Amino acid sequence: MAETVLPKLEVTAQTPLAEGAGASLIEISNLSLFYGKSRALKDISLSIRERVVTAFIGPSGCGKSTLLRCLNRMNDLIDGVRIEGSVKIGEHDIYASDVDVIELRKRVGMVFQKSNPFPKSIYDNVAYGLKLQGVKSKSELDAAVEQSLNGAALWDEVKDRLHSSALGLSGGQQQRLCIARAIAVKPEIILMDEPASALDPIATSRVEDLILELKKDFTIVIVTHNMQQATRISDETAFFYMGELIESGPTQKIFTMPKQKRTEDYVTGRFG
Amino acid sequence: MEAQSLKSKAQSHHFRTRQFDFGSFFFSGLTGLATLLILAILAVILGNIIVNGWPNLTWHFVSTIPKKDFFDPATTGVLPMIIGTTIRVFVMTIFVLPIGVITAVYLTEYAPTHSPVTRIIRAAVNNLAGVPSIVFGLFGLGFFINFIGRNMDQLLHNPGPVWGQPAVLWASLTLAVMTMPVVIVATEESLKAIPMGLREASLALGATKLETIIRIVLPQALPGIMTGGILAVSRAAGEVAPILFTGVAYYMASLPGKLSDQFMDLGYHVFVLSTQSPDIEKTRPILYATVLVLLILTFALNFVAVLIRARVRKKLRALG
Repeated sequence: MAETVLPKLEVTAQTPLAEGAGASLIEISNLSLFYGKSRALKDISLSIRERVVTAFIGPSGCGKSTLLRCLNRMNDLIDGVRIEGSVKIGEHDIYASDVDVIELRKRVGMVFQKSNPFPKSIYDNVAYGLKLQGVKSKSELDAAVEQSLNGAALWDEVKDRLHSSALGLSGGQQQRLCIARAIAVKPEIILMDEPASALDPIATSRVEDLILELKKDFTIVIVTHNMQQATRISDETAFFYMGELIESGPTQKIFTMPKQKRTEDYVTGRFG
Repeated sequence: MEAQSLKSKAQSHHFRTRQFDFGSFFFSGLTGLATLLILAILAVILGNIIVNGWPNLTWHFVSTIPKKDFFDPATTGVLPMIIGTTIRVFVMTIFVLPIGVITAVYLTEYAPTHSPVTRIIRAAVNNLAGVPSIVFGLFGLGFFINFIGRNMDQLLHNPGPVWGQPAVLWASLTLAVMTMPVVIVATEESLKAIPMGLREASLALGATKLETIIRIVLPQALPGIMTGGILAVSRAAGEVAPILFTGVAYYMASLPGKLSDQFMDLGYHVFVLSTQSPDIEKTRPILYATVLVLLILTFALNFVAVLIRARVRKKLRALG
């Protein structure tokens, strides 16, 4: 009997890393997270490299989004969450008692699964973070809005209607606006929680192209359910299952020569 | 062949003939009748007031400050009552909206959801809504006038009572306490309706919780907050019991000029006309006219508030 040959996903050519990229930037050590008594993340240690796209994959409920939200302390908003272990960005433990969470979130931006533009104009959406930081000069704001919208590949589509409502944009445009809003405050790291899961294929591919472009300047961590997407855009992949980190490494390796049986089962679509 | 067999199959398949469903008929009839009854009562009340009040509603009537004997239809007027009622509703709104909104913000945005303290505050707010209005009147007398007012007089070294007596300020504050639950509940509902994603997006950009509430949450909740304000105004405009001991006057020769003045009030004036008149038959036309003025004023105050809310909604929609 011939063995069943499982289709292997082909890892498409990655864009080359930017110069100077690849040094470790985020160091997660022995991180556990509890919702009340239940443990959602179990003893996770992972290193995330600078100006590289790292994908978190795994079945629903495996803890990948929870881990992502640990990196800008969005889990702080949920009652009854407790964290053990440490997350270091550069030299600093972001869970140390003297950390200014507001300052942390300026350095670690986030794009959410469901695009969530503010019910304000396109311009005001992008300028929001800068205005919070006290930027008042109109010319400075104008320049930053244009630069950020350009960075999110949205400028040409919206430059004639900057002052109309952001809610009039299509789903894909709204998500790129959210990316523009995030990069406007010039973070070092951008966290993306399934940013394309609600988008059609064309809008998805535009967002993916954008991510490949953004990694020149930003460190990107992306949660995705879509295996093909992980292979298309990420340099590194971490596979999670039931709150544990099963395996991590170069995307090519995870998808073609995984060490763990469970990783292989997942990336080849045998479960998930 | 096939078509034939399909046809015979359809014919052989009998649905039961629909029978008269007495239960449904009876129940739908009952709901209709109940609605009709309410409409009929409303029509009778409004019709009666308009038919009897309208002929007596003259410009002289609404623009005259009456003499001490205000039971004479030929010379009386209700200008001070219109002004008194309007002022107390406005002053009440100025107090009830900010305090109610801030309380609702605390309950939805800051208070821990499942703590016993939050539960007690919520229960207290709900119970406040069930307290009879005369009790608010007595509370206003005891707390605002006898406690706060008298202490203010002492602190300010007033020779006689200035604040330690019934005043438009105390009546308005008493009404504000009474309508507080309406504003809190309406604001809470509109705050809860704002998607969590918007708050998260703002926080993720480095906004503090306070900045998020002021810049994102409250502007979105504004129409809902104003609905609360409208309900509070409707409730307060016609209330008499809470102002009975706290500010309303039987008669004043001049209009109120300060917050420490007493005032005349439309609702209370209706009560006075119908119980204190020496000749009830002679007074009846002005009684009807006064009631009609009260209805129109309540409607007008509501209308202004609804107009403002519509403008806010339109502005929000243009942006969002």
